[in-house]
Amino acid sequence: MDDTIAVALRVNGRTFQGRCEPRTHLADFLRHELGLTGTHVGCEHGVCGACTVLVDGRAVRGCLMLAAQADGAEVRTVEGLAAADGTLHPLQAAFVEAHALQCGFCTPGILMTLVEVLNDTPDADEAEMREALSGNLCRCTGYQNIVKAALTAAKAVSGVRGA
Amino acid sequence: MPDAKPEAMIGRSVRRLEDPALIRGQGRFLDDLSLPGQTHAAFLRSPVAHGRIRRIDTETARTLPGVRAVLTLADLRPVLTADRLPLQFRSATLPTGITPFVLNEGEVVYVGETIALVVADSRAIAEDAAALIDLDIEELDPVADCRDALDEAGPRVYAGRADNVFSRFRQAYGDADAGFAAAAHRLSLSLKQHRGGAHPIEGRGVVASFDRFADQLTVWSSTQLAHEARGFLVELLGRDENGVRVVTPDVGGGFGAKYLFYPEEIAVAAASLLTGLPIKWVEDRREHFLAAIQERDQYWDFEAAVDADGRLLAVRGRMVSDAGAYVPQGINLAYNASTAFPGPYVLPAYDLDVFVTATNKVPTIPVRGAGYPEGTFAMERLLDAIARELGLDRAEVRRRNLVPGEAMPYRTPMASRSGSAILYDSGDFPAIFAQALERIDYAGFEARRAAAAEEGRTLGIGIACGIKGTGRGPYESGLVRIGKSGRVSVYTGAMPMGQGLKTALAQITADQLGVAPDQITVICGDTGTIPLGLGGFASRQTVTAGSSVHQAAAVVRRKVLTVASELLEAPEGDLELVNGEVRVKGTDRAITLKAVAEVVSGVPGYALPKGAEPGLEGQDPFLPTGLTYGMAAHAVEAEVDTGTGNVKLLRYVVVNDCGRAINPMLVEGQIVGGVVHGIGNALFEWMGYDDRAQPITTTLAEYLLPTCTEIPPIEVHLVEYPSPLNPLGVKGVGEAGTVPAAAAIISAVEDALREPGIRLGEVPLSPHRLYQIMRDCGRSA
Repeated sequence: MDDTIAVALRVNGRTFQGRCEPRTHLADFLRHELGLTGTHVGCEHGVCGACTVLVDGRAVRGCLMLAAQADGAEVRTVEGLAAADGTLHPLQAAFVEAHALQCGFCTPGILMTLVEVLNDTPDADEAEMREALSGNLCRCTGYQNIVKAALTAAKAVSGVRGA
Repeated sequence: MPDAKPEAMIGRSVRRLEDPALIRGQGRFLDDLSLPGQTHAAFLRSPVAHGRIRRIDTETARTLPGVRAVLTLADLRPVLTADRLPLQFRSATLPTGITPFVLNEGEVVYVGETIALVVADSRAIAEDAAALIDLDIEELDPVADCRDALDEAGPRVYAGRADNVFSRFRQAYGDADAGFAAAAHRLSLSLKQHRGGAHPIEGRGVVASFDRFADQLTVWSSTQLAHEARGFLVELLGRDENGVRVVTPDVGGGFGAKYLFYPEEIAVAAASLLTGLPIKWVEDRREHFLAAIQERDQYWDFEAAVDADGRLLAVRGRMVSDAGAYVPQGINLAYNASTAFPGPYVLPAYDLDVFVTATNKVPTIPVRGAGYPEGTFAMERLLDAIARELGLDRAEVRRRNLVPGEAMPYRTPMASRSGSAILYDSGDFPAIFAQALERIDYAGFEARRAAAAEEGRTLGIGIACGIKGTGRGPYESGLVRIGKSGRVSVYTGAMPMGQGLKTALAQITADQLGVAPDQITVICGDTGTIPLGLGGFASRQTVTAGSSVHQAAAVVRRKVLTVASELLEAPEGDLELVNGEVRVKGTDRAITLKAVAEVVSGVPGYALPKGAEPGLEGQDPFLPTGLTYGMAAHAVEAEVDTGTGNVKLLRYVVVNDCGRAINPMLVEGQIVGGVVHGIGNALFEWMGYDDRAQPITTTLAEYLLPTCTEIPPIEVHLVEYPSPLNPLGVKGVGEAGTVPAAAAIISAVEDALREPGIRLGEVPLSPHRLYQIMRDCGRSA
């Protein structure tokens, strides 16, 4: 008996094909079928944001989207943030510099949330940045250094674009 | 203390060694582990708070395709030495029969209690099968509230118990009666404090795998106590230390919830031993709400005697603490709260009657702060009440009662649970408090308040002080080794859960061995690498593990110098350890640590250099003689929307004595995170139960953690009064930020509403609840 379905998608520029039960959500599919364990699962009900990934450029909760719904999609996860030569994404570099992570469990989801923010509104001010981050829970840092890192990275990204 | 050389790593905000992997998504958390042939577990849990199991029928569940086993206590018994877990903190004073069962087959006593374990090819199938177990339970009356637990006519948490009191003790010293006889003023307070759960973003989790070839059971657990966990496994499975290894992967936050060995851990391990299958269980959020420990309710009812100047004379009263249905660890939570009450203040006489009561809810043990926030809240509400009663400024009342700087070190009349005196080892409390007032411009607040009032805004300012006993003993292990590869490795039983402990230990080691921190490997919480350890609790690890590692590294340094002196033919006093080499000062003569390590690893048949021992390894455990106390003063400005009850925090100032800061960036990170946990306790986090003790907040949409938009700018000012009690002079900071936070915030809200005389004595204070209180006082807009 095989009640699994085929899912084909691109993740971080690579094509993946896998099979899963229809009920498998995208975060579990990425983690357990594709072995991309950088995306984390914190609540499985869409509140904590740890599982946030980009699907066709938009930040989504990997626990609230079925893997089947991502069939044919372009997915980006934390593993795809750094450049091929290992150079950190400006957000990653800013997070390390500002001590914006402690246990690091919520970090991948926060980074992916911010990739979208930096793409859409790189000139976000602190209040807007806090609003944009309000859908991600972090129990360690108290958020302060996350906001600081996000603003630093936004500045870096804008600078690059402006140049 | 080591010399503070310019190149010293201690004291510098070194970037974390943990980050390069974590930031790339290459962390190794429990659920990232995948073993060949791995199966998955799900638990059948009690749906009722109190009931008697009549029948557990697993037949249908077993037939579901993909199910490997459905196990009850009867099935696990052949590999278990006991049905119940041992008490973690062994104590002769507690009654027997109060610890959790591995799996319950009889009288269940809280919603979420483990009853059966399903092992299947996927978690989803395991959950499907758990739902197919036919469970027949006769529901019994539960005890849903810890005050009702004291009602002799009410139900018992377990059938057959004489009462619902696990423990009753008095925290008492001085002559309280004399204090009341001499009092110029008497006040009484009644406080209701609720603290919710720990809620690390990563829940608990365990993988167990039995290797018949090695005759070893390996258990990976997302825990704060690897070595303690091994101890439980050894005891409950009847194996010796060679047959059980516990390995802790990266831990995604703990906050107390993981400083316990749980039924799920032993059940999964026993099931793996029984079936031979590698088994993984990962806690989901709902399970964290149901079955991970919480801190929950304390009720303080007390009266205070004060003199005409507002100085404390005596306090006496009663505190009732909700222990939940079992005592898995001890009564340390209530004990801490009772000893935390005097805080940084002089309290001449104290008599608190403490009831640790049973309810039909998941057990409580310390969450970040560990009872200190509750004791602190009680004292700080009292000090605000004294100010009001006597018409004094709140800061002045605190100044009059703080332990004076010249009284330090200050020996309180109380004892810690180890029996040693509670002694505040260093610091200047009035100076720390004064700095907090200055940093927030307390003197200028009235003008800010008036200006805001002009705009129709209601502002208040809150102040609170707290202290936290840190660095709890009896020891933490630390072993330093330079291998033949030249790599410096540090091993410890201490358990990082996000603090950056590996970085701090590497900095400490670096200063002894002249090696950059990022050239040092730190391995924590693997019982295969170091035999002993106690783990992460009580803001202890930089104090205990830091000091042990510091001393161990010094041992290795001495060994290196002995050998290098022979090899370089230079006196030890002429040598220095720099950049991975031993150098003769002022010359280019040097030998690498790698070369030294190679020499002392020996060549078959040839002698070691004179004075050398085999290998470059050191251990010199630090044994703390008492807790070290860092004082924190918090000040916060808040705006209250009198139309909705919403509280907005505007600015938050912390002045915190951290002793000697190993890495100020990490210290500040710990304090900010701790403050935000306290903000959650003050305003948001409420773990609700209905009157049948059924949990009613079981998602993060119902139980609110603070998010980014509720957090004001938090300014942390570190002051360093080195502790005389450890070789590094450090004090713990993991919980410091949480301790006075709720007290400061509620003080600010009450201050904002001061005119109509609203008295606030409860946390959390949700907008809804504050609105009710304001409405009852005729204050709401």
